[in-house]
Amino acid sequence: MYACLHATGNPALLVECARHFSPRIEETSEDTVLFDVRGLSSLIGSPEAIAEAIQNRAGIPVNIAISADPDAAIFASRGIRGTTVIPPGGEAAVLRRLPLNLLPGSPDTAELLDAWGIRTLGELAALPPLGIAARLGPEGTYLQHLAQGRAGRQLRPLEDPLQFCDELELDDPVELLEPLAFLLARILNGLCTRMAARAVATDEIRLVLTLENAPEHRCTLRLPVPIADGATLLKLLQLELAARSPGAPVLKLRIELNPVKPRIQQHGLFVAQSPEPQKLEITLSRIANLIGSENVGTPELLDTNRPDSFRMARFSAAAYKTDSAPCPCEVLTLRRYRPPQIAQVRFDAETPAHISTAVLKSRIIAVAGPWRSSGDWWQNQPWDHSEWDIAVTGGALYRIHEDLRTGRWFLEGNYD
Amino acid sequence: MAALLADVQRSFTQRFGVDLTTVREKVAAELLATGIPGIRIPRGTLTEISGPPSSGRTSILNATLARATHRPEFCALIDAGGNFDPRSAAAAGVQLRHLLWVRCGGSAENALKAADLIIQGGGFGVVALDLAGVPSRDARRISLASWFRLRHTVEKTSTALILVEEERNAASCSTLQIEGKATDFQITGGLLRGLTVDATLGPRTRARATFALKPLYSE
Repeated sequence: MYACLHATGNPALLVECARHFSPRIEETSEDTVLFDVRGLSSLIGSPEAIAEAIQNRAGIPVNIAISADPDAAIFASRGIRGTTVIPPGGEAAVLRRLPLNLLPGSPDTAELLDAWGIRTLGELAALPPLGIAARLGPEGTYLQHLAQGRAGRQLRPLEDPLQFCDELELDDPVELLEPLAFLLARILNGLCTRMAARAVATDEIRLVLTLENAPEHRCTLRLPVPIADGATLLKLLQLELAARSPGAPVLKLRIELNPVKPRIQQHGLFVAQSPEPQKLEITLSRIANLIGSENVGTPELLDTNRPDSFRMARFSAAAYKTDSAPCPCEVLTLRRYRPPQIAQVRFDAETPAHISTAVLKSRIIAVAGPWRSSGDWWQNQPWDHSEWDIAVTGGALYRIHEDLRTGRWFLEGNYD
Repeated sequence: MAALLADVQRSFTQRFGVDLTTVREKVAAELLATGIPGIRIPRGTLTEISGPPSSGRTSILNATLARATHRPEFCALIDAGGNFDPRSAAAAGVQLRHLLWVRCGGSAENALKAADLIIQGGGFGVVALDLAGVPSRDARRISLASWFRLRHTVEKTSTALILVEEERNAASCSTLQIEGKATDFQITGGLLRGLTVDATLGPRTRARATFALKPLYSE
């Protein structure tokens, strides 16, 4: 048995009213809500009594229809004012006089039926089924079943947004990381079990620690790939707390996981190996704790000619499409000194003849250059360089530059 | 014949306490192309590339990374001195999105720890540890046991572990030792045209590879 509410202008009220009677609710459209009222007869009574209870609860004028067929209830509530209770088997009789435009068919079918002179659901229901199937196909048969009140579909219940959040209040404050890890594991195991039941993973962990005599400690871990493994999430939280300790005893823990679809990857027989995402996350966190997160990642070149311009992006083991161009062979590459080494350069006939830095003191035996490069003069950090490639005694090759704004020389890198 | 073989095995086991049936033939390591003629890096082993500045160490490493990332494999570069130049590497063909770059701020100890973590994590085709940017005395301080541990970790994997340094430190732990030396450079017409490198491949063979490296001015 299904009840349908139809009223314009207040969709939230319809859902709220339906929730009072049933957990299985379908929000059919903005002005129509369908819900399951099976079992209410033992609590409230006859279908008429149920309809009256719904009307009283709604508090505003709504059309209510109760029927064993969900679609019949929807059409009756949309087409008949007030309350309609359709007895089982009586759907066709009640729907008989309703206009054909209540049906959800395509405009072409509606136009065709109109051309045939079919105006009501009763007229469509009375047509020969074989003729309808031959002329209108599966859509025609479905529409006729709807008109007869025997489509017999299932309810499409409205689902609450998934929330994976849990908290734990402690009798005694916890100071050390190790006992705190046990509590975190307890919460995470429960949340991960719930996530597994709903076939989802998480891409973000939010941890809130309520501290004794200190403001809340919050940390958010964003994961590049969805993870559903409790042990991995626990290890990541442990590493995060080891790097950024709360600094005061913990009174309450709250963990919230953001649910997302799990990552599904099809491995191929001839595909090269790649790091396992969960292990990689832990490895990267450990290295970040060791040397700082800004020193771990993948380099991204910036769209500028400024020397040594790049930014560190987060490394991810997701497969990228590689450049199809063939690899250049035997390319001479540069090793950079960061920061560039301050150099003293002596000249001989306007050509660098001797260089002296903290790492290199030598006569220059050959030079190539100079090349001018400048840019960003319209911003705060302009550069204006005069670059030289030099060969020193022994045959080593270096790149040096003069900062034309300050007149200072720098050893930029070594061709290696 | 089979009975004779079983008899030999039995008597060997009785005499030396080693079961010959469990001894397996050592499988030759798969070799990784570098794009430089005569130089191929074995997987599952430690390879040392050593030499003074301008001996082609970084160019050999970048060529290896370029081939591996083109396959595409994920590679890791633990850069102890922070000397890696991404623009230059990209010009050499390295797919930067497949490269994990770890900058250790001049600490050889941190570089070693990071390398250990990355190798333990697995999944990388090439793991390169660049110690050429730290003082030689710091690199020399790394114990042989550390190198042995790294070699042992990569042994049963398909990861090629490459060590770039000024002088050889891993001693017998490395399977292939490539020692580069610049023999000539070409600067003509106000342009750096190239660098000729002579590399010796050891320790089992004393093969040599001579190649000319050319700068890519398109960078």
